[in-house]
Amino acid sequence: MRKVTRWHVLLAVFVAALCVPASGVSAGSGLPTKIGKGEGKLNLIAWEGYTQGQWVKPFQKKTGCIVHAKYAGSSDEMVTLMRQGGGSQYDGVSASGDASLRLIYGHDVQAVNPKLIPDYKNFIPALKSPPHNTIKGVHYGISLQWGPNTLLWNTKKVKPAPTSWSAIYSKAYKGRITIPDNPIQIADAALYLSKAKPSLGIKDPYELNSTQFNAAISLLKKQKPLIKKYWALASDEIGLFKSGDAVIGASWPYQTNTLKADKVPVKDTIPKEGATGWADTWMMSAHAKHPNCMYKWMAWISTPKVQAQQAIFFGETPANTKACTWMNKLSPGSASLYHCGASKKYFNSIKFWKTPIANCGNGQNNCMDYTKWQQAWTEMKG
Amino acid sequence: MRTARVRFTGFFWRHRWAKALLLLAPPLLAFALVYLASLVALFLSSFWTVDPFTSEIRHAWNIDNYRQLWQGGAYHSIAFRTIGIAAAVTVADAILAFPLGYFMARIAGGRSRAFAFVAVLLPLWSSYLIRVYIWRLILDHNGVLNWTLQKIGLPAANIGYTNWAVWLIFTYIWLPFMILPVYGALERVPDSFLEASRDLGAGGWTTFRRVLLPLTLPGVIAGSIFTFSLTLGDYITPLLAGGASSQFIGNVVYDNINNQLTPFAAAFAAVPLAVMGVYLLIARRLGAFEAL
Repeated sequence: MRKVTRWHVLLAVFVAALCVPASGVSAGSGLPTKIGKGEGKLNLIAWEGYTQGQWVKPFQKKTGCIVHAKYAGSSDEMVTLMRQGGGSQYDGVSASGDASLRLIYGHDVQAVNPKLIPDYKNFIPALKSPPHNTIKGVHYGISLQWGPNTLLWNTKKVKPAPTSWSAIYSKAYKGRITIPDNPIQIADAALYLSKAKPSLGIKDPYELNSTQFNAAISLLKKQKPLIKKYWALASDEIGLFKSGDAVIGASWPYQTNTLKADKVPVKDTIPKEGATGWADTWMMSAHAKHPNCMYKWMAWISTPKVQAQQAIFFGETPANTKACTWMNKLSPGSASLYHCGASKKYFNSIKFWKTPIANCGNGQNNCMDYTKWQQAWTEMKG
Repeated sequence: MRTARVRFTGFFWRHRWAKALLLLAPPLLAFALVYLASLVALFLSSFWTVDPFTSEIRHAWNIDNYRQLWQGGAYHSIAFRTIGIAAAVTVADAILAFPLGYFMARIAGGRSRAFAFVAVLLPLWSSYLIRVYIWRLILDHNGVLNWTLQKIGLPAANIGYTNWAVWLIFTYIWLPFMILPVYGALERVPDSFLEASRDLGAGGWTTFRRVLLPLTLPGVIAGSIFTFSLTLGDYITPLLAGGASSQFIGNVVYDNINNQLTPFAAAFAAVPLAVMGVYLLIARRLGAFEAL
């Protein structure tokens, strides 16, 4: 073997030095004003189903950015993955609102320029600068898709049709109720209490002081004997409704559509108290190695046809209003099924997931943070 | 070169312990590094805390995690449920395994013994998950069990998604691990012992109680180490087939690690470790390790 000389070391240092300024976009403090040449590679963390071949393959062909996606199973896992290895392992993440704030305040993601995303102007107004990805006018990502957590029931077994979340806290369906196994579900209880018990003064179901929080937990404890099962996977809930073990529960539109396709008599609604929901954002890592490819990806995923493809595949609502015609073209009737281009009133009836933090948003620091939510959830289930 | 080799083998011939050490060194080293070191790391991290805002681990020594375990009543019931179901599974498996092991060891001929072996081991060839899901189909509200009960005019059982279902599935899944050591122990009992017992006037029950059972107890205990520890550490069956009150220690550990609360998970994981330690000490006193 040849010896490593000082010259080799110098050469290596020189090459490394050349590589650093090559990642042009994030140089300096200001936002980029145009998207540079792609770096040929893009490493993403995504929800399962968010990087399907039908829209990833055309993207790779068009931009030359080869996508390597890793699926994450939960918001907590997404945060963990974005932080590992100094945060430079992945370029972007499709974060839900209950992860995005943690990523922003943890300095794991960087600010982006929405002017570089041509379809941004076609987004529904509520998703242009939503509080879960925009802080003081600074955008930390581009909104993607959203959807409500709905009340699902078996139309043969549950009569009359429920109109309130009180149905899942009622003894009428004892042993036939199912809700998600997720600490963020405490917000659903709080949302119901904000209407059922106005004296608690709950304004935001994610900002709860200890009295409000304890009221939500005690409601969930009372609900527990009525629960058949806390479902962990969407397929679990589908199975419970198919077998008849559950007849009513908290759900996503995806389950409703799958069950209907299997001829199970179900229906879903957003009850009169409103609903919680998710709104996902593509965010760019603070240490992204392929920022140009990430910008190209965010632009591509915002185009009407791709938005429609993903909305139909996953069962959610696209941020881009121009996607609605594409949805009907790809699958007739799907636009209204998934509330594409929904009214402001419908959008505002949904309280989107966000990370509970100690800061209550009103200058007080006495709210319960997410760690407390996680512990209370485990202890509630007992 | 050749003399060196002769001297080398000569050394190992003269010093037998050196040869044994050389043979055992790689597995021992792997054991010490991988197993013991990770156990120590686990134990140490249970004395740390997590920053509630950034979810980063803070290396500040304290016993808050253990205090929380001790004070939160929910964790007591989760621990007791886990240990209770593990014990119930062990007892059920021992009761089921004994007659089957007896048949295989003492009654069955060559062909039917081979068949029994295949029947016991065959389920292990299919995936654990498949077996849990099949049981879910059986115990469902509209499942095979309720359908059968209805056909013969009995009321529905509705044990799907309850702790009964968890117990039943565990009993089924770990049964082979009990049958094999029980079979081994039964096979080692000489026929002459049973004949002597009968000659001395003991009936079938007395022979079982005073001869067969004491001689095979170490085998049962050996099997129980498997069934008990496997149930104690599991979290998949409670997750898939359990109901609203079916959390095991493993489920809480899994959730806490997902939630980036690793120190608390480590503290709770120390509980089954301690339980298993005590169990193994008792098992050793009862002579289980000679039957393995």
